[in-house]
Amino acid sequence: MARITAGIATSHVPAIGAAIDLGKTQEPYWAPVFAGYEFSKRWIAAHEPDVVFLAYNDHASAFSLDVVPTFAIGCAEQFAPADEGWGPRPVPTVPGHPELAAHVAQSLIQSDFDLTVINKMDVDHGLTVPLSLMFGQPQSWPCRVIPFAVNVVLYPPPSGLRCFRLGQALRQAVESFDADLDVQVWGTGGMSHQLQGPRAGLINKAFDQSFLDRLIAEPEAQARMPHIDYMREAGSEGIELVMWLIMRGALNARVKTTHRFYHVPASNTAVGHLILENQP
Amino acid sequence: MALAKPYLDIPGTTIFDADLARRGYHLNMFCMSLMKADHRARFKAGERKYLDEWPMSEDQKQAVLARDYNRMISLGGNIYFLAKIFSTDGLSFQYAAATMTGMSQEAYASMMLDGGRPPEGNRYIGEKA
Repeated sequence: MARITAGIATSHVPAIGAAIDLGKTQEPYWAPVFAGYEFSKRWIAAHEPDVVFLAYNDHASAFSLDVVPTFAIGCAEQFAPADEGWGPRPVPTVPGHPELAAHVAQSLIQSDFDLTVINKMDVDHGLTVPLSLMFGQPQSWPCRVIPFAVNVVLYPPPSGLRCFRLGQALRQAVESFDADLDVQVWGTGGMSHQLQGPRAGLINKAFDQSFLDRLIAEPEAQARMPHIDYMREAGSEGIELVMWLIMRGALNARVKTTHRFYHVPASNTAVGHLILENQP
Repeated sequence: MALAKPYLDIPGTTIFDADLARRGYHLNMFCMSLMKADHRARFKAGERKYLDEWPMSEDQKQAVLARDYNRMISLGGNIYFLAKIFSTDGLSFQYAAATMTGMSQEAYASMMLDGGRPPEGNRYIGEKA
């Protein structure tokens, strides 16, 4: 049977992708950011999943205001890197896992999560930057990926509790798939940041560290935090953190914190990163 | 009954909700059109003419021409859509963020290196740090 073995969380700042693509990772500004992922690259080389279920948000790339799905699951055979206005990132096409994605879609909808099924979609930095941070710059990605796009652009996004419960239902869906697959669930975006208005540049280290603590130790309580607390404390774009709760909901109550990293800044944003492994 | 909007008292912050998305629909869809290279070229060749192809308000068009991002946001623009405009101009997210704060890009970048804008004094309108 398929099983979920680990969860990974990471910010997905576009400037991080640009730094990788332009060979700037060792520059003084960027070196401390990438140092936080050195362990992660070694770890994932030793714990390579068959499939990554990757929760992220689209940034007006695949979805305009014509259609705004709250939860959208990518069921295609592959997903091309999106042209976000300056040409697509020079990264490999992302291979999907249509069989598992279709199984998860059917299972989650029957668990009362009304997903939008996507059979054609380009994926932007929200999805490809986490892949680059974990896998570096390979000729092809070493595993298959199921993109799971969450609306956090048009208010209101789904609640933290809804995301957490979706993660729990996702676990049941994966564990009922009849194939021997090692599946990781990734939650991306955040941490504190605000990209707009006179308050742009807001960073809240105390909030971010508390979020990391509570996500690990008392995720259900963290999941009950209302949207307004994220927006007020962690910036208007800090609301992306609800996506990390999908990852956490898919894991056991008890997890081992294999890696934890936090750094300010990457462009306008606080970078947070976790590797969590299931404990019995 | 009007919807509760508990986020209206966050200073210097506009939450892109359903009301703003409705008002900003054409502005944001104009931005989205700049994802294509030939559209960017046509926009750059004649901004006013290109804008006139969209059913946007005159205020929205003037805000785009002036690259007044705070004004565009107040008229329903969303930052991820507006990003297509400053990308077309060859400018970074950090540049755009700086212009919205009224700081120079250098001062803004320096604030971020020092740990960013603190939450103290920035949670509620009228709050003292």
